[in-house]
Amino acid sequence: MLALTSSTETIYHRWRASAKLAAVSVGVFALYLIDSPALLSLAVAGVALAYLVGGWQFLVEGVRFLRPLWFFVAIVLVWHVVAGDPLTGLAVALRLVAAVGLANLVTMTTRLDDLVELVLWILSPLEKLGIRTAPIGYAMALVVRFTPVLFGKAGTLVDSWRARSARRPGWRLVMPITVTAIDDAEQVAEALRARGGFDSDP
Amino acid sequence: MERNTVLIALFAALIAVLGLIPKISLGFGVPITAQSLGVMLCGTVLGARRGALATLLFLLLVALGLPLLAGGRGGLGLFVSPTVGFLVGWPVAAFVTGLIVERAKGLPLLPAAILGAFVGGIVVLYAFGIVGMAVTLDKSLGEAAMLATPFIPGDLIKAALAGFVTSALARARPASVLSRA
Repeated sequence: MLALTSSTETIYHRWRASAKLAAVSVGVFALYLIDSPALLSLAVAGVALAYLVGGWQFLVEGVRFLRPLWFFVAIVLVWHVVAGDPLTGLAVALRLVAAVGLANLVTMTTRLDDLVELVLWILSPLEKLGIRTAPIGYAMALVVRFTPVLFGKAGTLVDSWRARSARRPGWRLVMPITVTAIDDAEQVAEALRARGGFDSDP
Repeated sequence: MERNTVLIALFAALIAVLGLIPKISLGFGVPITAQSLGVMLCGTVLGARRGALATLLFLLLVALGLPLLAGGRGGLGLFVSPTVGFLVGWPVAAFVTGLIVERAKGLPLLPAAILGAFVGGIVVLYAFGIVGMAVTLDKSLGEAAMLATPFIPGDLIKAALAGFVTSALARARPASVLSRA
């Protein structure tokens, strides 16, 4: 499965995942304390500059990553222009772009393995409370492995639907796909138990 | 332990796959994906606790950067985007949905699942979603609620679907409908 990590190598790729996450959390929190459009424009420029450090191509990639956001930016701007308060609209839109851009920066420059490791490290105090975290690691690996498998099986169901009907497949496939997921789960669980369950390494 | 964990993981994968099913456009041009149907199914099939854990697992992987949300979206940016409330609300929605199906023992599974999906997957979820939009877009709750209304008809259909799929599952795989096991 493809992760959203950028293939453009930047200096951020070498930073520790925990440090990046902490820095971005502080950054996003700070953005919500600022209300002035001028300062927020500066913040957006700063985030853009942070991308530019990774090269022009990286900045372009980052802007493309913001695609789902434009819809909301447009709504906010139109809304506030109509309400006669365009400056507030501008501030909200700029803050959104800066915050999401900053958060995406972590996603684009950190490998999935490093983030999974970070999560398990954050959860490790739970072990001391007697809660086992090994199943969480297993579960994450299972989702990564079985999403494409389940998607493939759903594709087979779509194909067999199309072989029989001229109408488009739609909600009618939800039931068989769910049955497939349940059957796979029961089978994998049995296989896991047969191999020693969660007491072995994933 | 193994069985519960694997079921939770496979339902997280199911949410992802349902997000990949091509969008159905409602009459007035609002696209709906089956992803929130997956959240409802987590509650109606797996029950409150396991259902909430399945959505939590899914969100964790999305946050870590897997493109599992409808439209191939993923990453930390989503958690500061205007739709953050809907994401944060998923585990609670699945929990409430599951709780209703588990507790409403007097009702047959079909109406119980539809009711659960409606209260959890729509009422509870929209409450979270609307607060999220109000905060990120700097709107009042009423204004944010207006932005969310176009999606309600689609979600009503999905709540009904979740009920029918769950009751069909109870016939096909009775041992796996854990909310009523």
